[in-house]
Formats: sequence, structure tokens, C-alpha cells
Amino acid sequence: MFFMRLKINGETVENLQAATVGELLDALRIERGKVAVEVNMSVIKKQDYAHFLLSDGDTVEIVNFVGGG
Amino acid sequence: MEDKLVIKGIEFRSRLWVGTGKYKDFEETKKAIEASCADVVTVSVRRVNITDRKSENLLDYIDPKKYKILPNTAGCYTVEDALRYSRLAREAGISDLVKLEVIGDERTLFPDTIGLLKATEILAKEGFIVLPYTNDDPIMARRLEDAGAAAVMPLGAPIGSGLGIRNPYNIRIIIETAVKVPVVVDAGVGTASDAAIAMELGCDAVLINTGIAGAKDPVAMASAMKHAVIAGRLAYRAGRIGKKLYATASSPIEGML
Repeated sequence: MFFMRLKINGETVENLQAATVGELLDALRIERGKVAVEVNMSVIKKQDYAHFLLSDGDTVEIVNFVGGG
Repeated sequence: MEDKLVIKGIEFRSRLWVGTGKYKDFEETKKAIEASCADVVTVSVRRVNITDRKSENLLDYIDPKKYKILPNTAGCYTVEDALRYSRLAREAGISDLVKLEVIGDERTLFPDTIGLLKATEILAKEGFIVLPYTNDDPIMARRLEDAGAAAVMPLGAPIGSGLGIRNPYNIRIIIETAVKVPVVVDAGVGTASDAAIAMELGCDAVLINTGIAGAKDPVAMASAMKHAVIAGRLAYRAGRIGKKLYATASSPIEGML
């Protein structure tokens, strides 16, 4: 099994067993309904999570809503 | 009489909109929002904490089925950042609504209206319902409307300042002649009378965060703001009397002894 190195929310993360965005969210135990995901500056639509393949060196941002005015 | 606010086909049951920043915790946020009877709540887009997955989510306390979630682009100083946050917000949320902020200066948090206009144009073309946070300049309000803004959100005073409606004359001009889209005063409201003044000027709604969250008793202030907005709106619709320098007696002269 090949383990990738990803930059997730500014942190370098290794040894995650995730080939797709969907698997990455599962591995991080993040509920899909309340987040948005960006890979290399492009927003990934929820319906694409299952088949959007991650590559070694990808920069991933996972955001949610927080209190704000 | 029916007096509903409608923006791009979306009906709003309250003319008080509230923010969710600066509260002590999510429980207090929830209680204050309930007391305000607002149906629009603003939120910000930020990174998920990927190391501590036990941390709670704001949306566990604010049901998106019950409230209209209005994401903002607070903290964005460039058009590119504002677009990026807006697109992420749309994907994280359930609607095309965005409270667009392109900030021009850290100290005042005044909007960079040139960037704001550019971002409004781009996002409106992408199908967003853009509600830009702008200054109290009637001409800029009109330009934003022309660029596709669904409403304009002029500031009453700097964000979090509590200075009230500093230029009621310009706000009135924006409402009466500059734009046809709804006008929502955003920022500056410090207490109930400020909210009432905004509504008496003819604003369609008021957005308040710090004025409620920063009060000693946020839940009580939320209730005060609710009543002020209702009172201000009613007074606007009722049509206030003109101001005169000298007295006119309320009691008849006739029949006096």
C-alpha cells in the first residue's frame, strides 16, 4: 500500500490510508454534511468526494462554519 | 397588514438578522438567537480542527432547517480571497447566499469598495445571492446594485464599534433614491435605540452581532433588539410627524374658561 503525504489545513500529514477525498474525510472522522473541501485551490463538490483521487503532495483545505458576524 | 421582506424570492420572517461571533459558548449563542427571533444568522468559514475531532460544531446548535445561514467572507482583504471563501461557503452550506466582505483596512475594517464591486460582479454571475457589506456611500450602493447585488448592506458605523448610525442622511438617500434592492444596515448598532433609528429611516433589516454578543446580558439584549426592530419598522410605516421648532398645542383652545 502506498501512503501519501498531504498538506491538510496547513499541516503535513503522512500515513493516511485514503485514495479519495471521501476516504480522507472518513479517515479524519469528519462528517461530510457540514464541511467544504478544496484540493489545490479548487472546491470539490460533495457528489465528487467518492471518486476524486488524491495525489501525493496535494494541498487540501477542509473548512466548516464558525461563529461570525 | 403583510410586511414581509423578500430578497430574490426568499422570504424573511424577521427584519432582525444576527451574527454568531464573540459569544461565550454555543449554548449562549443559541439562547440569544432564540430570544432575537431572527431567522438569518451569519457565520464565518474557517478551517476544521483536524486533530481534535471532538470539538463541537456551530451547526449542532443552530439548525440550518430553522435558520437561514448567511456565510460571510470576513477577514478577506482581496477579491481572490473573497471569491475563494464564498465558493467554499456555498459548498459547505445549503444556499447561494453570501454576505460579501472585502476589507480594506485592519483598524477600521472599512470595506475596500473597489474590490467589493469586482467580487460582487463575479459572484452574481456565478449565481450567488450577493449581499455586500459596503460603506454609506449612495453611489457605491447603486454601483453594487448594478453589478448584481441582491441587497446592499451599508455600515452604520465601524464593525463592533457600537457607535450607532453615524450618517442617517446617507442611509436615507441610499434607501430613497440610490437603490431599489433591499437595504440592510450592517455594523455599528450598539443598543436598541440604534436599531430602531435604522428601521425608522426605512431600512429593510438590521444585522447585529457585537451589539448583542458583547452586551452584559446578551440574551436580554437580543430581546431588546427584536422589539426595537419591530418598533422602528412600525414607526417607519406609520409615518412620523414632521419636526418643528415651535410648539403646537395638543389640547383645544376652544371651550376654555
